[in-house]
Amino acid sequence: MDFYRSHVLVCGGTGCTSSGSETLIDTFNEEIKKHELEHEVKIVKTGCFGLCEVGPIVIVYPEGAFYAHIKKENVATIVEEHLLKGRIVDNLLYEDAKDDDRVRSLDEVDFYKKQKRVALRNCGVIDPENIVEYIGYDGYKALGKVLTTMSREDVIDEIKKSGLRGRGGGGFPTGIKWGFAYKATGDEKYVVCNADEGDPGAFMDRSVLEGDPHSVLEAMAIAGYAIGARQGYIYVRAEYPIAVKRLEIAIEQARKYELLGDDIFGTGFSFDVEIRLGAGAFVCGEETALLNSIEGKRGMPRPRPPFPANEGLWGKPTLLNNVETYANIVPIILNGSDWFSSIGTEKSKGTKVFALGGKINNTGLVEIPMGTTLKEIIYEIGGGIPNEKAFKAVQTGGPSGGCIPAKNLDTPIDYDNLIALGSMMGSGGMIVMDEDNCMVDIARFFLDFTVDESCGKCPPCRIGTKRMLQILDKITSGKGELEDINRLEELAKNIKESALCGLGQTAPNPVLSTLRHFKNEYIAHVVDKTCPAGVCKELLAYHIDENLCKKCGICAKKCPADCIDGVKGKEVFKIDRDKCVKCGACMEACPFNAISKK
Amino acid sequence: MKSLDELAKIRKEAKNKIDIRDSKGKVRIVVGMATCGISAGARPVLLTLINEVNKRGLKDVVVSQTGCIGVCRLEPIVEVYKSGENKVTYVEMTPEKAKKIILEHIVNGNVIDEYTIGAVQ
Repeated sequence: MDFYRSHVLVCGGTGCTSSGSETLIDTFNEEIKKHELEHEVKIVKTGCFGLCEVGPIVIVYPEGAFYAHIKKENVATIVEEHLLKGRIVDNLLYEDAKDDDRVRSLDEVDFYKKQKRVALRNCGVIDPENIVEYIGYDGYKALGKVLTTMSREDVIDEIKKSGLRGRGGGGFPTGIKWGFAYKATGDEKYVVCNADEGDPGAFMDRSVLEGDPHSVLEAMAIAGYAIGARQGYIYVRAEYPIAVKRLEIAIEQARKYELLGDDIFGTGFSFDVEIRLGAGAFVCGEETALLNSIEGKRGMPRPRPPFPANEGLWGKPTLLNNVETYANIVPIILNGSDWFSSIGTEKSKGTKVFALGGKINNTGLVEIPMGTTLKEIIYEIGGGIPNEKAFKAVQTGGPSGGCIPAKNLDTPIDYDNLIALGSMMGSGGMIVMDEDNCMVDIARFFLDFTVDESCGKCPPCRIGTKRMLQILDKITSGKGELEDINRLEELAKNIKESALCGLGQTAPNPVLSTLRHFKNEYIAHVVDKTCPAGVCKELLAYHIDENLCKKCGICAKKCPADCIDGVKGKEVFKIDRDKCVKCGACMEACPFNAISKK
Repeated sequence: MKSLDELAKIRKEAKNKIDIRDSKGKVRIVVGMATCGISAGARPVLLTLINEVNKRGLKDVVVSQTGCIGVCRLEPIVEVYKSGENKVTYVEMTPEKAKKIILEHIVNGNVIDEYTIGAVQ
């Protein structure tokens, strides 16, 4: 029997794989064989469902039961109870879904209620290693439609009318970019997909490639037709092995089904795609550096113009888009530009995928219509801040973006609003920070990243960011002077204006935005020599509260520096500040919470 | 792929196989598959229902299973949920009865009263 009465979807995204979902699949197969269910139940390995926090995730259809935190030991229970006897295993269900005993499905989980999945439409739904499932969800229908019923101009017009803007961060109108590449003259043109996702905390491109690789291939073929190219390249970093493997499988299957290759759908149009591996350098996500890297040169940016649309790979016209941008193309072709432009805000159409991380309950991947507020994402989808801590700021756009404070939480998210707040959309990393995060330290963290990743070609980025980091180090170690804050700001503004590429130009953003919204914290570090959030080690001192100390001596035993003195049972214990190495072991050990750091 | 028809054909076959993952707006046929149900013969009933649905190409029908409904003495029990209508509970099912339910109730829309829990009790 080829018809399965039940489908078990096991998440095979990077998050769930790293918490053991591969062994889950093996165990499911064993158990299903044991109960002779192999002709009734189908196991499907999918891409990321989004709610990585509760992984590994298993969903059983047709009930749509949403199981979370599944371990190897739970598999036998699910097979015996749910698959064999049809009893949903309540204690393994995702917690929020437990209340409702009828539905228990994915759509009813708070995390998904406010989301609208366009780019992620197939992620967690289909088996990414099976082209037939993709075709079953209308895959390659858009390519067929384009090749048989639309002119190249029609395609570009449709994308223009949709209002889609580049999802890699800059937000340039995609249709206009396609138009440039179409108009560029040349006997050979190329289509390139930028899958070099380097922002700390961002993983949406990886998830699309892992969960729905064909959607990117199909969109690239459509782009190839529109601009007149017959060769595409996907530049993906080698740190994404699962994404690379699934892409390889997808390309091979698409060639086998003749959806890539010569004379697609008998229309005479030919297009093929190859993968190019990057070594995981942040700068290679910059378009001109990326093109250099594909050509086998060192990944360094060059001045623009000329833009890649006119002079790209090997000097030929090249269309370059980000993974998420491509993932939006097929739905636009199938549903029309009117449908797409009805989602979102006036100047930012459609949806945006964000990777939620940091101090938030539901870490994971979310896709929301543009115009959703930061508050809705953090509190309604993200489930708020853990441990009843207070929200302090949200960092968007990675090293190119900035921090947005609590007073701006009601801002509807779109390209222009985020820029107005001193941050940016970026690729879509969203890191939430609470009262325990020091904003000076956060700025230092991102600067440290930029200094490491600067390609070194232009002095503002190579020398300037290094100087900024030195000043931040000085401030966080308690040696800062008021003048340093002004120097920092001046330097930041200069780098912004003079760096060669987008990465250098945006590198000072984390510093500028924290200076703008949290200057008081900088001043506390410099003037009062304290770190209000209690992060910057060199500004902290540990202290035992005399009233709370029960004279037990546990802290003294735990202290590796032997700097706590007192007499057990008789005398309050004291810390010798000069000898203290500020490791925090005493604070962790104290059963009475008598030790604090300030 | 040389033509759109070829693609459409693959899509149609694939859709049948993956339809199960989308149960919105569909008729749900639920079979009680607890120990009591299974020992009373629920498995052949379940398989018959699946076969019939598949054979007739009923796109909007999902067959799924559930645990013990509570009236073990009337197992095997099959419940039919159609949106906007009251649920219908069929009891003491057999593969033959299951075939009739697909034809009469699911396809033609007539509840077979004599198989329902009300008629038996």
